[in-house]
Amino acid sequence: MSHHIVQTNDLHFTYPDGTIGLAGVSFRITHGESVALVGANGAGKSTLLMHLNGCLLTMRGSVQVGDLPVTKKTCAAIRRSIGMVFQDSDDQLFMPTVFEDVAFGPMNLGLSAEEVEPVVIQALERVDATHLKDRPPYKLSAGEKRRVAIAAVLAMSPDILVMDEPSSSLDPRTRRELIELLQTFKHTKIIATHDLDLALELCPRTIVLGRGRVLADGPTADIFADDDLLAQSRLEKPLSMQNCPRCKGKLSQNQR
Amino acid sequence: MHMADALISPAVGGAFWAASAGLIGYSCKKIKSELSDSKVPLMGVVGAFVFSAQMINFTIPGTGSSGHLGGGMILAILLGPWAGFIVMASILTVQALFFADGGILALGCNIFNMGFWTCFVMYPLVYKKIVRQHHSSQSKLFWGSMIAAVVGLQLGAFNVVLQTVLSGISELPFAGFLAAMQPIHLGIGIVEGFITAGVVAFVVKAQPQLLEITIPQADKSPVSIKLVAASLLIAAVITGGALSWFASGHPDGLEWSMFKTSGAEELDTPDNAVYDKSSGLQEMTAFLPDYGFKESEVAVAAEETAESWPAVSVGTTVSGLVGGLLTLALAFGIGFLLKFKRKIPSPAVS
Amino acid sequence: MSKTGSIITNVGYLDALARQDSPIHQLDPRAKLLTTLAFIVMVVSFDKYQISAMFPFAIFPIVLIVLGNLPAGYLMKRVLWVTPFAVLVGIFNPFLDRQVLLHIGSVEISGGWVSFASILMRSLLTVLAAFVLVATTGFNTICLALEKIGVPNIFVMQLLFLYRYAFVLAEESGRMVRAWQLRAPLQKAIGIQSFSILLGSLFLRTTSRAQRIYQAMCCRGFEGRLHPAKQLHWTMANTIFLTGFCLLFTVFRFTNPALLLGKLITEIFS
Repeated sequence: MSHHIVQTNDLHFTYPDGTIGLAGVSFRITHGESVALVGANGAGKSTLLMHLNGCLLTMRGSVQVGDLPVTKKTCAAIRRSIGMVFQDSDDQLFMPTVFEDVAFGPMNLGLSAEEVEPVVIQALERVDATHLKDRPPYKLSAGEKRRVAIAAVLAMSPDILVMDEPSSSLDPRTRRELIELLQTFKHTKIIATHDLDLALELCPRTIVLGRGRVLADGPTADIFADDDLLAQSRLEKPLSMQNCPRCKGKLSQNQR
Repeated sequence: MHMADALISPAVGGAFWAASAGLIGYSCKKIKSELSDSKVPLMGVVGAFVFSAQMINFTIPGTGSSGHLGGGMILAILLGPWAGFIVMASILTVQALFFADGGILALGCNIFNMGFWTCFVMYPLVYKKIVRQHHSSQSKLFWGSMIAAVVGLQLGAFNVVLQTVLSGISELPFAGFLAAMQPIHLGIGIVEGFITAGVVAFVVKAQPQLLEITIPQADKSPVSIKLVAASLLIAAVITGGALSWFASGHPDGLEWSMFKTSGAEELDTPDNAVYDKSSGLQEMTAFLPDYGFKESEVAVAAEETAESWPAVSVGTTVSGLVGGLLTLALAFGIGFLLKFKRKIPSPAVS
Repeated sequence: MSKTGSIITNVGYLDALARQDSPIHQLDPRAKLLTTLAFIVMVVSFDKYQISAMFPFAIFPIVLIVLGNLPAGYLMKRVLWVTPFAVLVGIFNPFLDRQVLLHIGSVEISGGWVSFASILMRSLLTVLAAFVLVATTGFNTICLALEKIGVPNIFVMQLLFLYRYAFVLAEESGRMVRAWQLRAPLQKAIGIQSFSILLGSLFLRTTSRAQRIYQAMCCRGFEGRLHPAKQLHWTMANTIFLTGFCLLFTVFRFTNPALLLGKLITEIFS
């Protein structure tokens, strides 16, 4: 299935105030892949994500999702196939209740109020959040908000899931549950994160960004084993790959 | 200075509801044609911003007391008049529902008092005239915001006085009330002016492009003077209409005579017709002795006032009170009966 | 920021009450909105010396509180806690209108006190009615009713967004004020200058949040209109509720059953 492909070609973007967001990013992600997007603060992760769904339009180079190039005209179609989970769930959950929020996308696709109900319930079941249906978003915990935000995206049945810092502001247990949930999804996944352990567990492939460029692109385990690369891109080895300070490296160096 | 349901008559409340609803409808139309979709969440969140800013108390220099923000002028400057008015209206609606600031019927008055003058009068006629461009000098920015905020609040306070006096529920005389309200709101207005100017200056300095984005076609005056004049005229007609409605509204019996007699000294021209009418009413009530207590019972009380107060008001009022309390007890009784049938605890305060 | 905290708690609690399920909660919000409006108009239409005729009107909030399973004590506390402008203005009445209107025993009661009591009564009834409306309907459902009644979509969206983000921004401003307090332990409240700067930066954060929200909306196909996911169903019960109460209000307004009852009682006892 070719339409789950995400491809960028020499992508450039400069913000109005002169800050360089992207300076030539190229990669190709194929159907069913899970790719981690890592890099220091200001490396261009969020800018890149905004290009994938047309919230920002490229200045030079191109983005292609499936068979379509991302342009102003194709935005609507592209946003149907790319589901974006925002970093701050409060930005994403803007409707009065969880139900209405999850229904927001499908209703914009033209579904009637009757048709939308099973879609919403199904999406909420998928993230195990049916019981939150009638709650207002401000009453939810951070973990619940994240689940509902994911359900809201799933309700539009996207082919590709794009996530910005999915594990930020979650407690360890909730983070674990989120990882387990994401492992059950068959979608193509693109996850921008500072949580390198999460990247290691969820994504076989990693793209490292730095100052708007791709610094490395390859198997996650290889990239996180490259100390020079990590230092250069202001990253640190995931904890699970570091030698345990207590037992002095008796643990296996790599889980995978 | 929220106007309250308890102080207004239906005529005044209704008239200002109509005026505010008309302005909201017109503003919505304007926004739809001028602004892009992206301003929808912007307006909403900025409303929440003013709403939460109103909860923060700050010190008023030299007094030690604390005040809080009104926000009408800030909204007009940061969002433009149409969007500013809508946002102000939405804030007042939420306040009316959740905090009983004002009330549902007085909502029209409050939207008009706090939104109309700032957004549709002070913004185009004062602020825009002083601050022609957003990169104007600091002092222009300051004086523009200050004068607009102060005068806007003065006009709002004047409206409150007008509405209160027109409604006739409060005894406060027009001149006296005005003399109290205007100076108080001068102080509040100056504080509001300082904050408005401070916030606008901060935003202009940090992100000058923001104001140009939020206000489309900054060079064209967004509100024409003609429109303002027309709105003022309409407001005047409505208020006048409300006044005449109130005046011709015929409160019956005892209350009417009470009103006239007690108010007689304040009337500049003692109108014979009114006297005749009120004494006629008193006679009428006197013809209905069974409205009151039996004479023996109220003899002590009645003797003292019999001469000066022939109206049989005493008994009527007492029966009214007795009956009122009884009906209240009855209402509670019905409530308890219903409660007895339904025993579900209300949710606890979270 | 205990004030912010308590305000938000109270709003949240009213919302929690509105999520209950009762015969009153099940009514169409339009029916409740219109009935409440009729109630308020009727109550404030009384003459300024009228007290007794308002008592029967208490039946409306009482029935709704009971059938709607609302905590009466809490609501009364809220009603009293809100010291409105009305009381401030009304308190002048006893000083301005000193004409004696009523004697109870040897105590003289002036018209000013009667009209002040009338103002308090109006305040009590209208404020209570507004609280009861919110607590049995919920803000979002009221917005839905407004939309159906014909209020412009933009204004309804504005209300929904304001309500949704009031919570978020109250927390945000609360954090900013706390940060300020920790570094200015000796000051009681913020000065005007720091307040302006605080507000200015809150505003900038607000606009960038608005931009992110807009992006999130676009990602899910927003095209300038909110489609309500909930449907309203006008049933016979709503018609009965609306016409029944309006009829009752009209009867109460024009016959003064309290006075009739009072007369009856006082005559029986004399």
